[in-house]
Amino acid sequence: MDPEIPVISLIEMGIIRDVTVAAEQVSVTMTPTFSGCPALLEMESLIIEAVQTLGVEQVVVNKQLNPPWTSDWITETGRAKLKAFGLAPPGMHGGNVTMTFFDLVECPRCDSKNTKLQNSFGTTLCRAIWVCNDCLEPFEQFKPL
Amino acid sequence: MNNALKNALLNRLIGMADDELILSHRNAEWTGHAPLLEEDIALANLAQDELGHATVLLGLVEELNGKTPDQMAYFRDAAEFRNVQFLELPKGDWAFTMLRQYLFDAYETILYNRLLTSSYQPLADVVAKFRGEEIYHLRHSHMWVERLGLGTDESLGRLQAALDQMWPLTAQLFQVSEADNLLSEEGVFPLAADMADEWQEIVLPHLANCSLHVPTHATMLLAGRETHTHFLNDLLTDMQQVARWDPSAEW
Repeated sequence: MDPEIPVISLIEMGIIRDVTVAAEQVSVTMTPTFSGCPALLEMESLIIEAVQTLGVEQVVVNKQLNPPWTSDWITETGRAKLKAFGLAPPGMHGGNVTMTFFDLVECPRCDSKNTKLQNSFGTTLCRAIWVCNDCLEPFEQFKPL
Repeated sequence: MNNALKNALLNRLIGMADDELILSHRNAEWTGHAPLLEEDIALANLAQDELGHATVLLGLVEELNGKTPDQMAYFRDAAEFRNVQFLELPKGDWAFTMLRQYLFDAYETILYNRLLTSSYQPLADVVAKFRGEEIYHLRHSHMWVERLGLGTDESLGRLQAALDQMWPLTAQLFQVSEADNLLSEEGVFPLAADMADEWQEIVLPHLANCSLHVPTHATMLLAGRETHTHFLNDLLTDMQQVARWDPSAEW
């Protein structure tokens, strides 16, 4: 599970890129989301713990920076879970984040598109703050990256 | 990689990391003091991103010189830092902070684009990552320069005063040493001087659109990255004191 969004798994987040099993050892390749994300170390230990629970003792976590993580990698199931959690999922952008700057984001509570961006920086590095003009609730969006 | 090339690369990596680290600290000084709650949050985010970039870059430094990011950040004195001077100046007012951020974000955007094709793969990998984050920084500071420049007489006056003070210091971003030629020939790091035109093509039209006048007779700062103002000492005293109280402490 993602330490900051405890409803979505690291696989659904697109953070786990590869898993290889060789003899006694399991290697997991992960790609960090944001460079300054404080949850990075926590994610690493969660991965090791999860694999060890399966009875494997030797677990290696490799960090791969290139290709860089993009929010396009969040799976369909992952997006639905983000929305149910109250976080509007990021728009797909195919590598050009600025394209999403013109999109209105759907309110995760009432599905209205009558919303406005309040702050492109939020309570964590990966969130922006929006307000819904229909149900009048503020909500957070997972930032397109 | 031979020693001359390695030292030249180390020098550049430390310069990039120190720029991020020092600006991060200045931005973090706004936490709890920004003029709007939204901006308080935004500045904390910028500071955290920059600190993240500094940490990643210092990781690359460690691979070359064996010193940990903590040793580099907390146990070097001012004379060993390689950030440019305009990033170490006190945070000043909101206009100064936003203009500094804008001028530096535009520079970083160009630098990252060029470094994407660096022949030093670890560096190309990390800037590919930074680039997506930097888009948000530049958009934010670009918008604030516009808002202040086209705002009131007071906001424009403050922004112009900040530009008059800062403009001569920006020349330091584009200085090159002899060792830099080596890096450029090997495709490791672009010649900083070659980026000056591209940077001006981005910032000059925006500054003009925001009613600002770039000083025409200013004496540009030609000192190298090893020279600093006393403000860096003050900043480091603040930033490093807890780590230095007990170097063996575990965090």
